[in-house]
Amino acid sequence: MAKYLLQRIASALLVIFLVISLTFVLMHSIPGGPFSREKQVPPAVLKNLEERYHMNDPLSKQYIDYMKNVAQFNLGPTFRYEGRTVNDLIKDGLPKTATIGFLATIFALGGGLLLGSIAALKHNKTPDGVATFIATIGVSVPSFVMATFLQYYLGYKLGLFPPVGWNNGALKNLVLPSIALGAYPIAQITRLMRTSMLDVLSQDYIRTARSKGLPGYVIIGRHAMRNALLPVITYLGPFFAYILTGNFVVEYVFNIPGIGQFFVTSITNRDYSTIMGMTVLFCSLLVVFNLLVDIAYTFIDPRIKLTGQKGA
Amino acid sequence: MKLAQNLFEPAISQISAEHINRPSTTLLQDAWRRFKQNKLAMAGLITLASLILFAFFGPRFIQYNYYTNDLMNQYLQPSWIHPFGTDALGRDTMARLMYGGRVSLAIGFVSVLINLSIGVFYGGISGYFGGRIDNLMMRIIDIIYSIPELLYVILLMVVMGSSGSLLNIMIVLGIVNWMGMARIVRGQILVLREQEYVLAARTLGASSSRLMLKHLIPNALGPIIITSALAIPMAIFMEAFLSFIGVGIQPPFASWGSLAAEGRLNIPSYPYALFFPAAAIAITMLAFNFVGDGLRDAFDPKMRK
Repeated sequence: MAKYLLQRIASALLVIFLVISLTFVLMHSIPGGPFSREKQVPPAVLKNLEERYHMNDPLSKQYIDYMKNVAQFNLGPTFRYEGRTVNDLIKDGLPKTATIGFLATIFALGGGLLLGSIAALKHNKTPDGVATFIATIGVSVPSFVMATFLQYYLGYKLGLFPPVGWNNGALKNLVLPSIALGAYPIAQITRLMRTSMLDVLSQDYIRTARSKGLPGYVIIGRHAMRNALLPVITYLGPFFAYILTGNFVVEYVFNIPGIGQFFVTSITNRDYSTIMGMTVLFCSLLVVFNLLVDIAYTFIDPRIKLTGQKGA
Repeated sequence: MKLAQNLFEPAISQISAEHINRPSTTLLQDAWRRFKQNKLAMAGLITLASLILFAFFGPRFIQYNYYTNDLMNQYLQPSWIHPFGTDALGRDTMARLMYGGRVSLAIGFVSVLINLSIGVFYGGISGYFGGRIDNLMMRIIDIIYSIPELLYVILLMVVMGSSGSLLNIMIVLGIVNWMGMARIVRGQILVLREQEYVLAARTLGASSSRLMLKHLIPNALGPIIITSALAIPMAIFMEAFLSFIGVGIQPPFASWGSLAAEGRLNIPSYPYALFFPAAAIAITMLAFNFVGDGLRDAFDPKMRK
């Protein structure tokens, strides 16, 4: 176990290192710098700017400096938000992004598991049709369209929830963004849960449990549900990736000042250090999540050994 | 005792008994036969065919084009003259949808073709040689896989110049999505290369490339086709996302994604501008997914419930 963990952590660090290097190379191969705007900056000012941000150092020195800073969790200054560092942006934005991500996770996981199980238990009846319909809509409508429709119809037209803004994290402001963010994963989880539940329900041990005369909720809760969960857990890695990157859209549409929105605006602003900082942050988060998912997997399914060796 | 004369007639050769009456069917014929029985998949296929006809031949039957502005007729509601209305510059929405459909479908098909070529090549080599090469190649894929592909796509689009040209988008979407295909091909090849007919072919002196092209890849065709069919809608989806962020197709050109992104801005006064492109994307997604699921059932009857 310990050996496996060390291996995984080492490879996670390697991944993060490669991503930073790759992003660095990509960012520095873009024609035009962060200071090339519509209005030309005078050469003297440009020189000073580059001096200040160490952009006239040789590339190798910039790379080593950046790596040193990242190792100390310092992602450097932003080019566009005067006097603020990327760390400041993250400190401001990450709690908001995390709140919405958390709510969307509850919505998608809870809703998906429930819908999927109901659909499987009422196979080929009305609830099954409803669940399949929801799942189909969720995967076939782009998230920004979904977010806009929710915002317009539930927010403006019906006035059920405030359509934009963070509002100090008031719950009613977070309802629409969370639903919009969870729409795609809830569809996926419903589909996965439905198929795996149908599969489990046709197994012999369920028939045995029935013939022993166990009450329905014990059969479903203890025997069927827990086994049907396994395929859903394998989906959690991609799920977190989606929650992270899906936030770009949702925060932009609902105007929430989280890190997703910073990422989108920093691309149009060519704010290199912010783009790089965000990329590093997102990748690190994802790598950590994937590691956690793998470990969680062994707790839930004791047949899986982390080392991958027999008898280890 | 009397013996019948016919007992002593010479035996006739029995070749006809070994004659196969039914013509042999290829993998594709087999799959097509099963596919035809799947109603949902056929509906998806017909929908797709109509969408393609709409996008590529539709413009011949309407009198508007996608780029002529008509500032007297901005934001018209759907009517007989403009079945889907007009946009902010008075351009006919139907014409723009047809044109955008060409772009979106082309992006879907071409980028998947790129991803398929890379994936089959990479996965094929990895699976065929196995051992240490395989291990190394798969570790590389694991690393690439653990980076959210959206980040990649956005970074590459920025690097290639934010004026998202059609070719750039196709290339970028093609080169970020090949890992899944490579894994599937590699898994198939790993199994197939242990089969007896491969041994037989090798004994007869077939070269590696011949084994690969004539024996291994054709037998892995089923999963390759399924994966491609399901990858096309994902590429269309991703292009829509790029348009939304502002690094996708730039006006006056259009894709369904960029039309939806444009329509989003005026939704309070004119919801149609978002509704029609969004519906086009949704229908395409559904159709491709039905076809993909149908193909999976058709190529792999074991998977059927």
